[in-house]
Amino acid sequence: MSDLKKIKDDFLLKLEKKLSLADINEIKTNLFGKNGLISSQFKKIGSISESEKRKFASELNLIKNELQNKINSKINEIQSEEINKKLEKENVDITLPERTFVQGKIHPVSQTIDEISSIFSEIGFSVEEGPDVENEYNNFTALNTPDNHPARDMHDTFYLDEKKEKLLRTHTSPVQIRTMLKDKPPFKIIAPGRTYRSDSDQTHSPMFHQVEGLHIDKNITMGHLKGCLNYFIKEFFEVKKIKMRFRPSHFPFTEPSAEVDIGYEIKDGKMVIGEGDKWLEILGCGMVHPNVLKNVKVDSSNYQGYAFGIGIDRLAMLKYGINDLRAFFDCDYRWLNHFGFDPLDVPTNYRGLSR
Amino acid sequence: MKITFDWLKEHLKINFKEKDLVEQLTNIGLEVETVENLSSGIELFKIAKIIKTEKHPNADRLKVCDVDIGEGELKKVVCGAPNAREGLITIYAPPGAVIPKTQTKLVIAKIRDVISYGMLCSESELNLSDESEGIIELSTSKYQKKIGHRYFLESKTNTIDLSITPNRSDCLGVRGVARDLAASGFGKLVNLKEKKIKSNIKHSLKVKINKEKNQGCSAFGSCLIKNVKNTESPKWLKDKLISVGQKPISAIVDITNYIMLDINRPLHAYDADKIEKGLIIRNSKSGEQFTALDNKSYKLEKDMCVISDANGVLGLGGIIGGTRSGTELDTKNILLESAHFKPGSIRNTAKKLNIDTDAKFRFERGIDPLSIEEGLNKAAFLIKEICGGEISKIDIQKTESYKIKKILFNPSLFQKIAGFKISNKKMIKILENLGFKSKKERKYFSLTVPSWRPDIMQEIDIVEELVRISGFEKIKIVDPTKERTKSTLTKSQKLFHFLQRSIASKGYLEAITWSFSDSNYNDHFKGKCEDIRIVNPISSELNVLRNSIYSNLIMYMRKNLDRGFKDLSIFEIGPIFTGPNPGEQNTVICGLSAGKKSRLSWIDKERDIDVFDAKRDVVQTLVEAGYSSDKFFIDDNTPNYYHPGKSGRLLLNQDKDEVIAYFGEIHPNIIKKIDLKTESLVGFEIFMDNLKLSDKTLNNQKGKFDVSDFQKSERDFAFIVSKDLKAQDIINVISNIDQKLISNIKVFDVYEGENIPENQKSIAINITIQSKEKTLNENDLEKINNLIIKTVENKTGAKIRS
Repeated sequence: MSDLKKIKDDFLLKLEKKLSLADINEIKTNLFGKNGLISSQFKKIGSISESEKRKFASELNLIKNELQNKINSKINEIQSEEINKKLEKENVDITLPERTFVQGKIHPVSQTIDEISSIFSEIGFSVEEGPDVENEYNNFTALNTPDNHPARDMHDTFYLDEKKEKLLRTHTSPVQIRTMLKDKPPFKIIAPGRTYRSDSDQTHSPMFHQVEGLHIDKNITMGHLKGCLNYFIKEFFEVKKIKMRFRPSHFPFTEPSAEVDIGYEIKDGKMVIGEGDKWLEILGCGMVHPNVLKNVKVDSSNYQGYAFGIGIDRLAMLKYGINDLRAFFDCDYRWLNHFGFDPLDVPTNYRGLSR
Repeated sequence: MKITFDWLKEHLKINFKEKDLVEQLTNIGLEVETVENLSSGIELFKIAKIIKTEKHPNADRLKVCDVDIGEGELKKVVCGAPNAREGLITIYAPPGAVIPKTQTKLVIAKIRDVISYGMLCSESELNLSDESEGIIELSTSKYQKKIGHRYFLESKTNTIDLSITPNRSDCLGVRGVARDLAASGFGKLVNLKEKKIKSNIKHSLKVKINKEKNQGCSAFGSCLIKNVKNTESPKWLKDKLISVGQKPISAIVDITNYIMLDINRPLHAYDADKIEKGLIIRNSKSGEQFTALDNKSYKLEKDMCVISDANGVLGLGGIIGGTRSGTELDTKNILLESAHFKPGSIRNTAKKLNIDTDAKFRFERGIDPLSIEEGLNKAAFLIKEICGGEISKIDIQKTESYKIKKILFNPSLFQKIAGFKISNKKMIKILENLGFKSKKERKYFSLTVPSWRPDIMQEIDIVEELVRISGFEKIKIVDPTKERTKSTLTKSQKLFHFLQRSIASKGYLEAITWSFSDSNYNDHFKGKCEDIRIVNPISSELNVLRNSIYSNLIMYMRKNLDRGFKDLSIFEIGPIFTGPNPGEQNTVICGLSAGKKSRLSWIDKERDIDVFDAKRDVVQTLVEAGYSSDKFFIDDNTPNYYHPGKSGRLLLNQDKDEVIAYFGEIHPNIIKKIDLKTESLVGFEIFMDNLKLSDKTLNNQKGKFDVSDFQKSERDFAFIVSKDLKAQDIINVISNIDQKLISNIKVFDVYEGENIPENQKSIAINITIQSKEKTLNENDLEKINNLIIKTVENKTGAKIRS
């Protein structure tokens, strides 16, 4: 047996034994140290005859690799044993609570406004805004509700001056006036926002939210109005079919005017929108009155269209099963937490409005 | 407006059922609010007499009454009415009865430890009138012998309550409702023969309408009826009035009310013997007074339309009569008025005096000016029938005569607006059924508007009538096109939504509070703003527009803390007001946090929430929104509602003077005054309107992607500096030394106390040094180290700590 083979066999045998890291390091030195057994064999290569050299060198390399691999795997073995031993002691009670976190929430009215904007965005409406404090002209007169018109009684108005010239807007309709005065037709806008009436009881809050809609173009008829609202209500309540009823009504700024009811029924104590034989009023609408168009200098022989106003709080109550309007503005931590939405829940049309 | 099916049938021939009627009314725009059956349970309400009253042992304002309800045994009833007294005859509702006004069912109840069997009712509780002060007082002479009898006469018909829109004054009478129904094909309008007064008796009372500016009366018709015997109304008339919720009074008053409800023609009856030398309809003088039939005395302003005689004001024309000339049961001679008053004048007067009556409601909406004679004829004949007497000739005084209204209508407008078609023939039929007269003039209809339709002014109103009567269900849906030519949100609207959700994602609950506030709270936060007062606030707690969102948020924070929550964060995004004019408002995001972080945590150390929590939320939110924190300039110049030493102000960069945000602890004095109990209260305000919006998209604002892969090294420095020196000043100095090499600066310790001289502090800073060109060697690093030390020492007076 050659020297080489003997070295190999001896050491492989040694490495089979149970060894510590120190033992292995000693073996490593014995083999590959400056004067180690393998190292000295390499030194011999120069003195070997040309004919033998090639064979010897290749054999030596093989043996060197084999031993080195064996040593490495032995080291790995020992290290993982050591880790495993350590892990046995590293043991937490994983049922202890996580570090505290707080979850913020978006108010249901804000969420509903985003849902509404997302739906109308699909059919080409853009969002307009107006100030909360309005002048009497934009809020009433320009909307074909002159002073001394009994329709003014339908709005219990908050005034900011004795002359009743400045007021808190009683509806979002003055945004129609501002928008049409500012730009040229066509108009296709929605205007969500805060509105105010001096009314306060179980079902009325002195502040509430409305969204105004306005679409003025050439040849916009009541058919378009019906189509738009039918689309909106279906999308908003996320139902395939909706029962909807237009009822003639009166608003000074639209003619003809209508109120819209949707069908519902009570199933297992819960309101189901879209079916059933009960009716629920949800919005007012109509064709913009020629007097209003005249007030904002839009040529009513050329342009016409519709407008609507929807109570946002009421929509939110219906969709999310909230009973008490007053609670919206009462800021009760528990209520906000219960009815609020995670800020990552942004209503979009590809993901759907709600989860 | 209340009607009954039976009453309607006097004007309308129909084969339909009541259920169909209710639906049809709603379909043509006469919305049915409720249908109630008056007869169900009304037999329970009984005429009763109070035999004895005693003070309630446990309540000063309550009495315990022994009530005779005709059953022998007296009932004990607890009653709060001031007029409950021994001997009073009134109306008793037993347990089980449903109170018409509140729709609540009575039960035997313990009221402050005394058991009450049923209740004694006020007129308002029984929907008889709005009178809610005290219980009903029935006349002793009339009802003495009826104790225990039912009060209400039985009625089989349902009462239908209609919500009539302000434009449809014509439908404030049963006949108008019938006409609309007939036009829509629901039955046929009954032709009523009008009986006219033919009399030889002279109208001996002079009536004059003064010709003056702003005269509110345009016509005044009247007739005298002499030698009447006023009496209780016959059963049919009383039943009729009760069926629509009216209270019968006496035949003459009941008849005028009946005509008003039937054909919407308000009338007024005067006791002619109480009129001194004829009637004058004139403008009031400032300061004139009279007592109206509601028993209130009114002091008049100048130029209100009054009916007067030689002794002064008798009544307010078209609004309310006066007690001086009112009819009584012993009235012998009456003057019946049927007049026309101008809506604007009526409304002005009623608003100034704050009077609301049935006549006012009708006149301000517009009464048929051509119904003066019809009203007199109908009422006079009925009075004669029931009370006897002789009717005089009719006298009508006028200052203006009615002008016929004509509209030229292009029938093609209908389809242009409604989107569907109906034939010209059908249009004409609908309009004629509604009372229009129509003549064809080439392609137009020349329409005469019926005198009872003041709301119809122009072509579009005709379209409305046609759509309404044809039915809105005929409008065909045109599906919307999914096309967008303009972006949905503007830049600032996008920012609004982003900031809203960004703050919420940091653990804040979004609140929405009212735009008005309690001035007591608002005063703390209004700064230099003047109060913006609401003239007619709903309560004194909501009397000003808020100058800051804190005004409301802090109040609700207190309420939530009182509910027992300790650690919470709330925010609101919305308007604050800087002045009383449109547009003087800003959008602000305001957050408020109370309590501790990691309260009762088994793993983390708990600590009070502090100004640096608020600062992080502000800075992180702005960074998330795309603003570069490198340029932020922060100082301690804050409003007085913040803690002067623990609050800050943020500007987008040093040269910009617009404040983007304030943050900090709320001033301890305010916390104390509001009596808010928490370990710590910090807040922030971000002023959205001051945030500059770039024209570029966020993507276009980004620089080139440029990073270095050469080795970086970190060095720590500790400087002793004056206590007043701001960390930001040192950071600015260091970052300006070599922007190519110094890539990050981090303050990791601030220390005052032992081993540090007084009025000085130690700031420890970790600096990352990295080149984009090469790996820096020891020599390079040494050079930059020395430069940092030297520059900081020179520029800030700091000393490196060795």
